[in-house]
Amino acid sequence: MDLNTIWFILIGVLFAGYAILDGFDLGVGSVHLFVKDDYQRRIFLNSIGPVWDGNEVWLITGGGALFAAFPNVYASVFSGFYIALFLLLVVLVFRAVAIEFRSKRESPRWRNSWDIAYSISSYLIAFLLGVAMGNIITGVPLNEMGDFVGNFWTLISPYTVLTGITTVALFMMHGTIYLAMKTEGEVHQKVVGWINNTIIFFVICYVSTTMITLVYVPHMSAPFKDNPILFIIPLLNMLAIANIPREIHHRRYGWAFISSCASIAALLALFAIGIFPNLVISNPNPEFSLNIYNSASSQRTLTIMLIIAIIGMPFVLAYTSAIYWVFRGKVKTEDLHY
Amino acid sequence: MGEVELLSRIQFAITAGFHFLYPPMSIGLGIALVIMEGMYLKTKDKKWEDLTRFWVKIFGIIFAMGVASGIVMEFQFGTNWAPYSRFVGDVFGSVLAAEGIFAFFLESGFLALLLFGWNRVKPPIHFLSTIIVTFGAHFSAVWILVANSWMQTPAGFQLVTKQVGETLVTRAEITDFWQVVFNPSTIDRLTHTIFASWLTGAALILSISAYYILKNRHLEEAKSAIKVGLIILIITSILQLITGHQSAVGVAKHQPSKLAAMEGHFEASAPAPLHIFGWVDTEEQKVKYGIAIPGMLSWLVHFDSSKPITGLNHFKPEDRPPVNIVFQSFRIMVGIGLFFILLSIVGTVLWASNKLTSAKWFLWILVFSVILPHLANQTGWIVAEVGRQPWIVYGIMRTSEAFSQNLSPGEAWFSLILFTAIYILIFILFLFLLDRTIRRGIGIYTKEDIYSKQKSLLEKG
Ligand code: HDD
Ligand code: HEM
Ligand code: HEM
Repeated sequence: MDLNTIWFILIGVLFAGYAILDGFDLGVGSVHLFVKDDYQRRIFLNSIGPVWDGNEVWLITGGGALFAAFPNVYASVFSGFYIALFLLLVVLVFRAVAIEFRSKRESPRWRNSWDIAYSISSYLIAFLLGVAMGNIITGVPLNEMGDFVGNFWTLISPYTVLTGITTVALFMMHGTIYLAMKTEGEVHQKVVGWINNTIIFFVICYVSTTMITLVYVPHMSAPFKDNPILFIIPLLNMLAIANIPREIHHRRYGWAFISSCASIAALLALFAIGIFPNLVISNPNPEFSLNIYNSASSQRTLTIMLIIAIIGMPFVLAYTSAIYWVFRGKVKTEDLHY
Repeated sequence: MGEVELLSRIQFAITAGFHFLYPPMSIGLGIALVIMEGMYLKTKDKKWEDLTRFWVKIFGIIFAMGVASGIVMEFQFGTNWAPYSRFVGDVFGSVLAAEGIFAFFLESGFLALLLFGWNRVKPPIHFLSTIIVTFGAHFSAVWILVANSWMQTPAGFQLVTKQVGETLVTRAEITDFWQVVFNPSTIDRLTHTIFASWLTGAALILSISAYYILKNRHLEEAKSAIKVGLIILIITSILQLITGHQSAVGVAKHQPSKLAAMEGHFEASAPAPLHIFGWVDTEEQKVKYGIAIPGMLSWLVHFDSSKPITGLNHFKPEDRPPVNIVFQSFRIMVGIGLFFILLSIVGTVLWASNKLTSAKWFLWILVFSVILPHLANQTGWIVAEVGRQPWIVYGIMRTSEAFSQNLSPGEAWFSLILFTAIYILIFILFLFLLDRTIRRGIGIYTKEDIYSKQKSLLEKG
């Protein structure tokens, strides 16, 4: 395997880490308004309180790694998706600020306004990320230099809206399961009641996206036809999804959560296999696509970065797990910092 | 200058300027927190515990603002400076990625323990988290400053040209990682910026503590905190002069056009005076209405007042930076630096004669001097960045070649207005939260704090 492929995988791992981790806290945000009582809302917020910021770092580091390994992609995608990216940044900033401010005053109006800002931005982040994925799948108009030549509306199509909604549904399911794991008592009963609905919502979106992709975006399924062993991944994906209701039924919320993490990882693996070795597909003019060779940094930089990653990532994984371990268990009243 | 280029530059300046309000405070407060919590563990005195908890709260607020404003920075190179990103990605990207892997994960992970871990981990582990967060904050400064210093004084790379379709594309490729990291200006700028951050944190502590003493609140705690702040201030104000001088000598050597702008020095090659203040007239090519010490600049740079300094006329007109803004900003920063040295001396004298906490006039000066380090930080960056113009990578790539060509003015206006509005909003909210936390006071706990205190008392028996 060459360095370019290794970096394709590593960046995939960073974005998968982001989707799994920030995915649940975005999901918690998307159901935030479903409870009306301030105490219950604070339980929700505090279930993600100590970790959401660290979760976002996966996105930031993914962005940094993309810049370093595939600068042409970093430049083309971010300057091309200009308005969409700035909208994403706005909602990321707003969400961070809303979490920080909502509990700082007692006034119900103050809290309610921030709650709404927080929840809407959680939806929008998930949606915009999904739209971005959709565009990478279908391809976007690029010129010979790899510059994007469309505008904001080029990015919005029925297909990309569907991938956006699917992402929202995925995170909603993921977040609800996380909440079931972290809560107890009355709130817990409520949350558990939502899980089945979120699963159904996700499965409907998932099935429709898959059908449409198979029919209209054949290049995504081509690698699987060429290499039947890869079918193991969609199979695992379906098993993981099917396992969730079973675990919920047996009240094993931790296992349900692990299944839902696994299904996110498998979905991203499907996505990565589908586009490999491209990073941004050019549509029309596929010959202008940005792939892991024509957009990469020099071999020396990729080597240096690999050394950095090999030194750094074990530490990151070790202390991230340690910190999740310290904050394990149900949210208690004395944890209500927000 | 094209509209998109101008708007992109304004946007970068505004977002970076706002971002740089917060990191210096968290870097500086981090140091103070380590001292305070260390004192608490050593003396087991409740005073230090209350102080630590109070400053951790403020630290949390500042940190969140730093993160919110930092996210935008991370992606802006790609959005508005796409050709630049393609040109430097090979060199610059690895440094930015190192920052994420080595620093941001560390900070944000252990921040959770620092803010929320009081009841979850034992005091020594909590103290360790404080140290690690502080270390992480310094570490992120290190990497980003390495990246920025490389833009000022590039090293450890070669230019490689490739053919893409019809056009030739050039980019910088790394040849020696350690030369990139330790490029000629890294150490000077790193030390100067880190100590600037400590000074900024100290000024915040001094201001709030002085305010409490003036209002007759939390006297015991405030008096202890003021000493911590003053010690840091005394040390850093002197270090700022030394490291700042070091930077200037480095600039003279590696970025002569910047030094010439800092001093309004035009003659291509002549000994240069040092202007205390003045106004640069670029038409007549001289500094007006000012006071100058003849030969002083030559002496500062070469320890010889007759040695020549390269002036602006040595450079083609299109290679010269804007002069007056650099000139004036530099004087504001240095003026503030000298003011803090004076303040430290006065503080030491008062402390020695036991009047530190009773001299009202001095306390009022402390209350208001909190904004000065921020002013120095901002003007310092203006000197560094505007002085680098018209280059984005000094001597190698021009800013006018670096902005995203495919942006429309409409898009650039959209993001500029949106982000200016949001950053101002965040800043107002930040002031509001800070004000509330100060009003509430030290050792005053929210419902949840009280609950956890009772619990920990019960556990201790
Ligand atoms: C509390 C803040 C503060 C204070 C009191 C000072 N500075 Fe400063 N200065 C900075 C904060 C700062 C900074 C924000 O950290 C800068 C901007 C870029 C950099 O690397 O550091 C900077 C840059 C900077 C530069 C430009 C470096 C470059 O372009 O690479 C010079 C020459 C000086 N400083 C010199 C001084 C001198 C002679 C001071 C006299 C005491 C001084 N500074 C006080
Ligand atoms: C956080 C503190 C910083 C402040 C206050 C700051 C300030 C500024 C200002 C005022 C400009 C505009 C210069 C002009 O238009 O003439 C600028 C430009 C720029 N700076 Fe900085 N800067 C900061 C940090 C950095 C760092 C750490 C980097 C690199 C890692 C950087 C990279 C750039 C780039 C790429 C531009 C755009 C090109 C240009 O206009 O020169 N800045 N910055
Ligand atoms: C253009 C340059 C810069 C970029 C792209 C950038 C990027 C970022 C990002 C993405 C974050 C959020 C990290 C998180 O989520 O934990 C952040 C925070 C931070 N940045 Fe910057 N930054 C820049 C300039 C600077 C400079 C010049 C310094 C210090 C000298 C600095 C020091 C910090 C620190 C200490 C934090 C942690 C939050 C805080 O302490 O407020 N950054 N930065």
